[in-house]
Amino acid sequence: MRLFILKRLALALPTFAGISVLVFLMIHLVPGDPAQIMLGERADAQSVAALRAELGLDQPLYVQFTRFCADLLRGDLGYSLHTHEPVSAELARRFPATCELTFCGMLLAVGLGVGAGVLAAVRRGGLLDYLCMVGATAGISIPIFWLALMLVLLLGVQMPLLPISGRISAHLDFVPRTHFYLLDALLAGDWRALGDLLRHLVLPALALSTVPLAVIARMTRASLLEVLGEDYVRTAWAKGLRERQVIWRHALKNAFIPVLTVIALEFGYLLGGAIITETVFSWPGVGRWLFLAVQARDFRAVQGGVLLLAGVFIIVNLIADLLYAWLDPRIKYEK
Amino acid sequence: MKAGPWLFLGLWGLACAAPPADVLVFGRGSDSVGLDPALENDGESFKVCDNLYETLVTYDEQSTAIRPLLAHSWRVSPDRLVWTFHLRSGVSFHDGTPFNAAAMLFSLGRQFYPDHPHHQVRGAFKYWKDMGMDDIVAGMEAPDDSTFVVRLKEPNAPFLSNLAMNFCAAVSPRAVEQYGDDYFRHPVGTGPFRLVEWRKDERLVLERHEGYWGEKARLRRLIFKPVPDPSMRFLELVTGAVQGIDDLNPELIPQVQGDPSLRLLTQPGMNVGYLAMNMDKPPFDNRLVRLALNCAIDKQALVDHFYQGLAQVAKNPIPPTIWGYNDTLAAYPYDPERAKELLGQAGFPNGFETELWAMPVSRPYMPQPDKIAQAIQADLAKVGVRAQIVQWEWGTYLDKLGNGEHPLALLGWVGDNGDPDNFLYVLLDLAAAEKPAANIAFYRSEEVHQLLSEARRQPDQAARAHLYRRAQELIHRDAPWVPLVHATQTITFARPVQGFALHPTGSHWFHRVSLDR
Repeated sequence: MRLFILKRLALALPTFAGISVLVFLMIHLVPGDPAQIMLGERADAQSVAALRAELGLDQPLYVQFTRFCADLLRGDLGYSLHTHEPVSAELARRFPATCELTFCGMLLAVGLGVGAGVLAAVRRGGLLDYLCMVGATAGISIPIFWLALMLVLLLGVQMPLLPISGRISAHLDFVPRTHFYLLDALLAGDWRALGDLLRHLVLPALALSTVPLAVIARMTRASLLEVLGEDYVRTAWAKGLRERQVIWRHALKNAFIPVLTVIALEFGYLLGGAIITETVFSWPGVGRWLFLAVQARDFRAVQGGVLLLAGVFIIVNLIADLLYAWLDPRIKYEK
Repeated sequence: MKAGPWLFLGLWGLACAAPPADVLVFGRGSDSVGLDPALENDGESFKVCDNLYETLVTYDEQSTAIRPLLAHSWRVSPDRLVWTFHLRSGVSFHDGTPFNAAAMLFSLGRQFYPDHPHHQVRGAFKYWKDMGMDDIVAGMEAPDDSTFVVRLKEPNAPFLSNLAMNFCAAVSPRAVEQYGDDYFRHPVGTGPFRLVEWRKDERLVLERHEGYWGEKARLRRLIFKPVPDPSMRFLELVTGAVQGIDDLNPELIPQVQGDPSLRLLTQPGMNVGYLAMNMDKPPFDNRLVRLALNCAIDKQALVDHFYQGLAQVAKNPIPPTIWGYNDTLAAYPYDPERAKELLGQAGFPNGFETELWAMPVSRPYMPQPDKIAQAIQADLAKVGVRAQIVQWEWGTYLDKLGNGEHPLALLGWVGDNGDPDNFLYVLLDLAAAEKPAANIAFYRSEEVHQLLSEARRQPDQAARAHLYRRAQELIHRDAPWVPLVHATQTITFARPVQGFALHPTGSHWFHRVSLDR
């Protein structure tokens, strides 16, 4: 087991290195000089040259890349061109916001998705199955920004039940300690802030969770249907076990392996989807920050943000691999 | 277990409280980058600095004329080289440090003297450099607490307008020394508000400065909240989460105007969008051709279709909100027949082929450059000028324009200090036609150069205004540009918000704002 983890980690390294190269090239090979873009109409030749020198853009690409790698190994992501603050500090401040949103989105997606999938599989061919699958197809097809706007219009404006942007009301005084606001409010016993935070979470988490919810529901249904036809399930029924035990304890556990893979993949999707959701809902996380950084051609911020998201994605997939063994004892991680 | 729903509902109810009546939340497109007035160069930073800091002189409430602020008066030596400012007494910074000539010397001196202990900063003092202050200023001193003296290298009148800009604001020397490189997060000025909290991308909270020397701010708290999406910003206003927003999506104007709970303020902005004709390239070296193009483009249609009416047709390079604007000039009328006639006289009875360069990005003075280019292309086609639209990536575009590679090009300018010099000298003087040029029409008029140079030396504003009006006449006659539009700036408030006035420079002063709930 330990060997497997080490092997997987060793494999993750080249993946990460590959992503670093891609990110670096993407940002440096697209046309347009970041210095000229940053200075705009006011650019005169000297200031453009000075800025290019300051950013190291006057060096050949391989020199820039070597410097980038050396900095990366030291854990130095450089300074954001737009805010002049260290990229790592900016990420550290925003990542907790993205985590809270992604976690809540995932919670919704897994809870409702698995539930709907099981319901549809057990009532195969019935009205419930039909409704769940129509809902799932719709969930996959609806563009996230459109859904976000519809949620805002319906639950934020027409029936003003929920706040539509930000993480907490601007007029509310709240002193965060860890940047994980839910945790901070809970630990401080600040119930008013906690309520406000939860209210702000509902719409973005709902918008973010739709696509993964739909995918998880379909995958759960398909996988469960396959398992329900197997001998050991028939045996379980024959033993006179109750439906709840057969489905949840025996069938679902085995059916869950492909679902888990999908969940891990969808987690990556959630991180990507967070870019749109965070921008629409003014959620102060990494996604919105990345979106603004791309617009401002803040290449160091883009590099840092993409690397962070890629790193998280790799780790989540590793965790999923390890969970397989727990779910299915036949899977052994040896040599 | 049963307590769960009740607890949840309780939390919900607790969280639904509205903001207090003396607190205003203002929604804007993005957060400030920093709050050191000398270091920043983005509008969102200045929007906050406007309320934290003060300068020696400031702008008049309705125009860009200069009036006293931290200096109650000033005089200029007969050789126009020494400017002596007499400072107001009884003024102190938010941290209690007294404001005096030494503080002023510190605030400007750190940007000017390379050996100043606070001169080496991350990012450099861009505005000081961009406004040419190093070429203008020879030195400065503080002979006593209430007198601040600036010596110039040569007479320069726009210098006074530069002093009204944020980068020349007084900063607390004690705070800069205390926080060093981190000062931009801990700003301390003399303005009517002071900073109490800044959570990046979430909120920036200002509170009334109770020790303010002048009329105290009416709001107890002013909170800036970044909401990047324009539609969401508007919905935030509608739902009452914020009480004011800027950069309203033009498509939402009718909706705002039809909503009795909202109030829309508009004012012509300090900007110009123009079509430059490269006079180094034939046929645009021919004045008749340039006049023909001035008659061929339907500017009103551009305003109606691409600005939703939120712009003013331009006839001069400077906007009408700037003093010295020449309103006596008659704009070239939209007259395709006259344009054809002029082209005939110029030797192009059948028109000609050319390229029309258009910006690839939306700018404050031109929200949809590609569509505007298509409209102009169609207008030109009607008089026989067959223009092919050319677009480059933004950085390359600016680069090529500076090198004069274009025949016709769209561009614009947003003014800095409200001085006509900041438009005319920067964009149309022959000194600016040297490559890489800001004068992308490559208009080289010795006569205009004389007028603009004299206006730079002349300290009297009335005399300067006269010179600028004359320069506009000559520019109008020579027609190096087709001046297109001056885009309007807008701000929208909930009805109870009172006392805000838009300013041509785009400054956001909130000290007179109150909520009439």
